[in-house]
Amino acid sequence: MTPPPTSTPPPVGAVRPYTVIVGLEVHVQLATHTKLFCRCPVKFGAPPNTQTCPVCIGLPGALPVLNETAYYLSVVTALALNCEIPAYTKWDRKNYYYPDLPKGYQISQFDLPMSCNGWLDLSDAQGRCSNRRIRIIRAHLEEDAGKSMHDEIAGRADTRIDLNRTGTPLLEIVSQPDLRSSAEAKAYLTELKLLLTYLGVSDCNMQEGSLRVDANVNLHIPVGSGTPEEIIETPIVEIKNMNSFRAVERALDFEVDRQYREWQATGKQKGEMPKQTRGWDDIHEVTKPQRSKEESSDYRYFPDPDLVPVTTTTDQLEAIRSTLKELPAALRLRLITDYGVTPYDADVIVNQGRTLADYFLAVADQCGDGKQACNWVTQEVLRSMKEGNLTIESFPIPSLELGRLIQSVQAGKLPRSRAKEVFGVMLEQILDLDTTLSRLGIQAVDSGALTDLGRELLAANPKVVADVQAGKEQAIGALVGQAKKSNPNVDPGVMRQILLDLIRQSAG
Amino acid sequence: MKIEPADVSKVALLARLDLSAEEMQAMAAHLSGIVGYVQQLQEIDTSGVEPMAHAIELRNVMAKDVVAASLSRDAALSNAPRHDGEYYLVPAVLGE
Repeated sequence: MTPPPTSTPPPVGAVRPYTVIVGLEVHVQLATHTKLFCRCPVKFGAPPNTQTCPVCIGLPGALPVLNETAYYLSVVTALALNCEIPAYTKWDRKNYYYPDLPKGYQISQFDLPMSCNGWLDLSDAQGRCSNRRIRIIRAHLEEDAGKSMHDEIAGRADTRIDLNRTGTPLLEIVSQPDLRSSAEAKAYLTELKLLLTYLGVSDCNMQEGSLRVDANVNLHIPVGSGTPEEIIETPIVEIKNMNSFRAVERALDFEVDRQYREWQATGKQKGEMPKQTRGWDDIHEVTKPQRSKEESSDYRYFPDPDLVPVTTTTDQLEAIRSTLKELPAALRLRLITDYGVTPYDADVIVNQGRTLADYFLAVADQCGDGKQACNWVTQEVLRSMKEGNLTIESFPIPSLELGRLIQSVQAGKLPRSRAKEVFGVMLEQILDLDTTLSRLGIQAVDSGALTDLGRELLAANPKVVADVQAGKEQAIGALVGQAKKSNPNVDPGVMRQILLDLIRQSAG
Repeated sequence: MKIEPADVSKVALLARLDLSAEEMQAMAAHLSGIVGYVQQLQEIDTSGVEPMAHAIELRNVMAKDVVAASLSRDAALSNAPRHDGEYYLVPAVLGE
C-alpha cells in the first residue's frame, strides 16, 4: 500500500488532489390524502397518535391495501425521471426493531422495484454547475416510520412515540454516485425538487419532512505515476440529518475535507472498515459518527405475503406518459425557442416555479413580445416581489394588465420613460392600467402632434439646428427638455428622433 | 442443516429476544428440525422455474385514496404497556 502523503490539505480554492464521489438518496412524500397501505389521513401537524389504525400500527390480523393514487404518483415521477417501469413489481418486508416501527418491519421494495435506470439532466445556465446527466439507479415506494421524541428534560428518561407518520407513502429516489461536488449535489436536489413540484406529486416541504436527503460520499485519490493512474478510494460514509439543501452542501464540504484528512492520518481505504453513518450537526457544522447499527443491519428482506404484486402494461404506461405535465427542462427550451428568452433568463423564470412561469407566459402572450415580457418579469416583477415580500400568487398586477402595459409602450400610447412609474402606481394602489393612465394624466400623443411641436421648436431655436448640423448632436437635448415641458406625455426618445429627422430632412 | 447455538444467538439478537443458554440449546435443536424438514425441497430440480413472489394469482389490488376513520387515540394507546395519554412511552432511545 502506498504510504499516505504527509502534506497538509490544500488551501480552500486550490485544485484538490482528489475526485469527490457523491450519490444521493432522496425520500419524497407523495401528495396523497391517505397512507400507503391504509386509509388513515396523512395531514401534517395533527395531534399525536390520532391518525393511526390497526394496519399502520401493526395490530395482528390487519391487512394492508395499496393506495392507488400513491402508486400512480410514483409512476408519474419515475416516467419524468426517464426510468424504466418494469411490468411486474412486488412488496418486501425490511425487518428491524425500532420503537417508531410498530410492525417490526417496513414495507418496501427490494429486488423488483417499481422503476429503475433513469436520469436527471442538470443544465444550469446561471453558471452554478456544468451540464451533467445524473443517472438514477431506482425509485421505489415504501412506507414511512413514526416519530420519536427524545426528551431532554431532566428526570424524564422516556422517549415518546407518535405514530401518525407511520405508513405515509414515500418514494425513495436513489442516484448513481455521479455527483462530483457539493455544488452539483445542490443543483441536482434543486432540479429534482423543481421537477417534483412541476409534476405536483409532492409539496417538497423540507421543514415538514416531505423531502429528506441522505448522501453517500467518498473520495478517489490518484497516487503514484503509473499508467493507468492508481486510484485509492476512501471508505464510503453515509450522511444523515441534513434538513436543508444548504445543510447538504455544507455537510458534504465538511465530510470531503474530513475524509481527506483521515486518509492522510490513517491511510484507511474502502473495504478496510465497515460503512459508516454520520449525522450532520447543523449548529457545530460537523458530521458526527452515529451509533453503529451494524448488529441489526441484517434486514432479512422477504416478499410481503399480505400484499399482491402490481403489474403495469405498456398501454397503461403510455396513457400516463401522455398526461405528464410539462417538465422544467422542456419549459426552459420552449421559452428560449418560442419566446426569444435567453437561456439565463429562462432558467430564472422556470426556477421560480410553475406559477411564475405561467405569469410570464400570460404576459408574453398578451403583449406578443417575449423579450419585453421577460425584461419586465425578471426585473420589475421579481424585484417588487422581493421588496414587498410578495408571492406571485398574491402579486397585485394581473398578468394581462402587465401585458397591456407593455403593449401600450409598444403602440406609443405610453411613453417608455413613464412606464415604470405607471407600473409602480398599479402595484402600490392596486389599479388597472386604464385607471392608472387617466389618474396620471397620461394620454397618447400622436406622431402628427409631435412633428408639429418639433417644427415649432426648431423654428424658434435656429442655433440648436446649426449646432446639430455642425455635428454637435447632443445640443438637441435642450429642445427635448422644452418639448417635455410643454407636454409631459412626450416620450423623450421619440421626440429626440423626430427632431433629428426633421433637421436631416431640412438639410437634405 | 444443523443450526448452531451461535446462529440462534444472532437471530435472537435481531428479534430482540433474551434467551438463556438452555433456551439457546433447545431452540437450536427445534430450528434444526424445522429447517431440516424444509430442506427436503432442495431435492427438487428447480432450474428453469421462475421464483414465485406470491402464492396467489391476484394482481393489482388497490384502494381509492379516500380517508376513512382512524382509531381514537385512547383506543390506539390502550394496548401499549406505557403511555401518557398522548404518546407511547418507551425506554429512552439514545445515541442518535
